[in-house]
Amino acid sequence: MPHLLSITDDEVEILINDVLDQYGYDFTGYSRASLKRRLVRIYALDKHVSFAEYRYKVINDPIYFKRFVEQITVNVTEMFRDPSFYKALRYKVLPNLGTYPFIRIWLAGCSTGEEAFSMAIVLKELGLLHKSLIYATDINPVVLEKAAEGMFPLSQMKQYSENYIASGGPKDFSSYYSANYAMAKFDPELRKKMIFSTHNLVSDHSFNEFQLILCRNVLIYFDRDLQFKVLQLFDNSLESLGYLALGTKETTDFSPISKNYKRLESEKIWRKTS
Amino acid sequence: MENKTALIIGGSAGSLDVLIRVLPDIDINIQFPIVIVVHRKQGTDSILSDLLATKTTLRVKELEEKETILDGCIYVVPSDYHLLIEKDYTFSLDYSEKVNYSRPSIDVTFQSAADIYKDRLVCLLLSGSNADGVNGLIMVKKMGGKAWVQDPESAQVSYMPAQAILKANIDKVLKIEEMAGYINALTSY
Ligand SMILES: C[S@@+](CC[C@H](N)C(=O)[O-])C[C@H]1O[C@@H](n2cnc3c(N)ncnc32)[C@H](O)[C@@H]1O
Repeated sequence: MPHLLSITDDEVEILINDVLDQYGYDFTGYSRASLKRRLVRIYALDKHVSFAEYRYKVINDPIYFKRFVEQITVNVTEMFRDPSFYKALRYKVLPNLGTYPFIRIWLAGCSTGEEAFSMAIVLKELGLLHKSLIYATDINPVVLEKAAEGMFPLSQMKQYSENYIASGGPKDFSSYYSANYAMAKFDPELRKKMIFSTHNLVSDHSFNEFQLILCRNVLIYFDRDLQFKVLQLFDNSLESLGYLALGTKETTDFSPISKNYKRLESEKIWRKTS
Repeated sequence: MENKTALIIGGSAGSLDVLIRVLPDIDINIQFPIVIVVHRKQGTDSILSDLLATKTTLRVKELEEKETILDGCIYVVPSDYHLLIEKDYTFSLDYSEKVNYSRPSIDVTFQSAADIYKDRLVCLLLSGSNADGVNGLIMVKKMGGKAWVQDPESAQVSYMPAQAILKANIDKVLKIEEMAGYINALTSY
């Protein structure tokens, strides 16, 4: 069992600095408790024999570093996670955006794509998919490759179908995929309106103006300063009267942008007022 | 940095009744936070903290991400996230893989808290049907903290505390009616 004693706090800082110097990936604003847990996990998974050897490998082996980034980020996700959130999208947010000629949506930290396909399903059912574009980004290129395939484990479909129904989904969820061995292959039609691309929220800039930005369960990994910086990036990327959606335990409260946003009652969705 | 004390209580099946019986007897002047990590169904968060709040005059709340941990406050971990503790005594939530089929996992929080509070940490493991929390208690002991468990004989489901007694070096095995007394005495610890 990996435990937190295998790496010291100082060694965590050393690795973070190495990764910044060597590769330009900046993890300095990440919450240390989670980062340390991930670093310890990689240490055990990859059977490193000492911190020195671990460090050497990260600095000198770019292929290993790719794996390192893949493993240091937490990529757990679900389709229609938090059904009440998707219900609010379906009944409140998207019908409003439906009056626009064109809908641009940014999913920041989209992981393996479950969120993007959920979004596309709701858009399709509202008759909006044809005039929407979903930009799905993540720091981790490996998850994006998976996302683009639109295949998710068949074993999850029961749970996802329940989530979908609870979120107000009117159809038979299984009509959206075909079984392919252990995987559910989603309707390629849904994939057509998605663009997958790497984007690092820490260092990359705004790249478009959107009517809706979703960034769920990503800010929890950042310290307060970095959260505020990223919220500012979202503010710069959101049209007036656009919507910003965060994870169930995340908030714009206390941040400098909060004064320009009004929350939709019970969900973690805010509308930009000015 | 000053050394802070904390009490973390972990539990699963059968632990809610214990909390309901123990909370009313906890002294309102305790000088440390109490963090409660219990397994439960998703989406039942406010129900649990509201219920526990009716049992004590101490402040009970579902903890929030990056919130500063205050003495004399009882924090409940939200469902479906792991809880980690930061060096500056704030909470971080984490949505990583389940541990012991659980999220929140008691092991994850016990271990993270042990890393921060070291020998000033007390962890109490209650009734439950899996072994989540046992590895956490082992780490707590390694860092010099104290490991307490509910007396398996008094537990609705004895597996969790019994496993802890088997595998970790437990400091105290407590009956439900003894718990509040030991907790109140921690103030001067
Ligand atoms: C827990 S997942 C959340 C997935 C999905 N949004 C959800 O809520 O189910 C967090 C994602 O954020 C990504 N991430 C972490 N740091 C990032 C950064 N600096 N820029 C962009 N994405 C990042 C991770 O790679 C991971 O895929």
